[in-house]
Amino acid sequence: MVVYVARRVLASIPILLLAVTAVFFAFQVIPGDPARLYVGSDASSEAVEQARRDLGLDRPVQVQYFDYLSRLARADLGRSMATRRPVTRELGPRFLNTIKLAAAGILVATTIGVLLGTIAAVKQGTVWDHLASVVALMGISIPVFWLGLLLMYLFSVQLRILPSAGNDTWRHYFMPTLSLATFSLAFIARMTRSSLLEVIRQDYVRTARAKGVPEWAVVGYHALRNALLPVVIIVGLRFGYMLGGAVVTEEVFAWPGMGRLLVTAVSQRDIPVIQGALLVFATAFVVVNLLVDLLYGFLDPQIRYR
Amino acid sequence: MSRTLGDFWRLHRLAAVGGALVVLFFVTGLAAPVLTPHDPNQINVRAALRPPGVEYLLGTDNIGRDLLSRIIFGARVSLYISVTAVGFGMLVGVTLGMLAAYYRRMDAPVMRLIDMLLAFPGIITALTIISILGRGVENLIVAIAIVQIPQFARLAHGLTLSVKDRTYVEAAVAFGASDRAILTRYILPNCLPPIIVQVSLLIPGAITTAASLSFLGLGVPPPTAEWGAMLQNSLQWSRRAPHVMVIPGLALMLVVFGFNVLGDGLRDAMDPRLRRVRAAASPQSRANVPASPAGAG
Repeated sequence: MVVYVARRVLASIPILLLAVTAVFFAFQVIPGDPARLYVGSDASSEAVEQARRDLGLDRPVQVQYFDYLSRLARADLGRSMATRRPVTRELGPRFLNTIKLAAAGILVATTIGVLLGTIAAVKQGTVWDHLASVVALMGISIPVFWLGLLLMYLFSVQLRILPSAGNDTWRHYFMPTLSLATFSLAFIARMTRSSLLEVIRQDYVRTARAKGVPEWAVVGYHALRNALLPVVIIVGLRFGYMLGGAVVTEEVFAWPGMGRLLVTAVSQRDIPVIQGALLVFATAFVVVNLLVDLLYGFLDPQIRYR
Repeated sequence: MSRTLGDFWRLHRLAAVGGALVVLFFVTGLAAPVLTPHDPNQINVRAALRPPGVEYLLGTDNIGRDLLSRIIFGARVSLYISVTAVGFGMLVGVTLGMLAAYYRRMDAPVMRLIDMLLAFPGIITALTIISILGRGVENLIVAIAIVQIPQFARLAHGLTLSVKDRTYVEAAVAFGASDRAILTRYILPNCLPPIIVQVSLLIPGAITTAASLSFLGLGVPPPTAEWGAMLQNSLQWSRRAPHVMVIPGLALMLVVFGFNVLGDGLRDAMDPRLRRVRAAASPQSRANVPASPAGAG
């Protein structure tokens, strides 16, 4: 197991290093002068030159790159062009808010998704199965921002029972969580159904039934435990996507998370914040993927020895 | 022929409905200029926020533009963006994936690059590219195309690896066929069916990503009729005119639904056993591009 963990951890380092390099060089080709972006379009040419020296932009690109790497190692992501505050200070609280939303989203998606998929598989071919399939198909087809708008229209505009923006109370979580969870919920439900249908036909399930184990225990204990293995992967991967992909949900519900920060930074061309946000997204995604791999290796011994 | 169609209908009723929606989307998009009852950008403040009725079948928006005409032209914009972006992504992705699988020394560098691209959710990659290139339809296409590249590259890589050691490829090598001929005449045709299914599964993600970015104000600029952009400020008119919010979203959802069920049907028709494996391998294939989801955030 130790070898497996070490191998997986080592394998994710080059991906991260590549991501850092790509994030750095991608913004070297950006049209326009970063020094001028920093001081503003009406600044004097002396001020632009001063900013160029201050930001180290007058040095060769490779020097800037290694400087960037060494600052990254010290957790220094530079300063925001818009607020002049350190990027790490801008990102920290925002990332926490995004984690909270994604955690709520994955919890709802997993609970309802597994339940829906199990019902559909156990009641295969009945009206319940069809109903679950339709819900799942709608879930993967409805655009997140439109679902968000519809929820807001219903709960904030018409019924006036839920706040439409912010993240102060638990009531603020309801609509963003549901919007964010729907796609993953549908995906998890479909995965649970197909996985459970496969497992239910296995010999050990038949044996359990033949022994007279009650049906709920056959499904809940013998079948579901094995059927959920591939679902675990999907849940983990979806959580990774939720961390980075909550951009639209955060924007719709004015949720003060990383995605919203990124959209604002893109419209203001605040390059240090964009770069910082991208690195946090990539790191979070790689770490979540790594954890999923390790968890899968832990749950299924066959994987470890491959 | 009719028997085949009848069989298809019985077996894949949902996929057939999806196919019909997709055909409708293509026809609407291609024939938009002759189908629209009004100019989609014609402002008429006196007719603002009209509910659906005789003169304006689907009503009007906040500055009196005909919603039906804008929905029809919106189909054209979505069709143009998604087909070009996925087509471009397919071209680059399949080429990279095939070359990486065929030439072993290219394998590691190309596939690590692909892994790196996959480390960002689709919408984040698209946002980054837009922040570098700036807004506009062409830049949006480039952004969405780049999001599609890793999906196609991975698929083509796996397919090429499974095909390149087959006897007919070895025979071609023995006969002295050039690498180019082997790749294009022997390997590519045998990889095509799953790639075509992948196209049908990635187009809805591309449509959603484009609409999401336009909704965020970073995609198609106004006054172009684009479904996501049309929804941008729709909530503020929703109390007086809910149709402004409901209709563009519904159009978007129906098209995405159509592609999803058609893609599912095609995949099942080709190889039912592969269904689960691929679903597990590419959880974002429907989103994102959502990917997500690109648009799945």
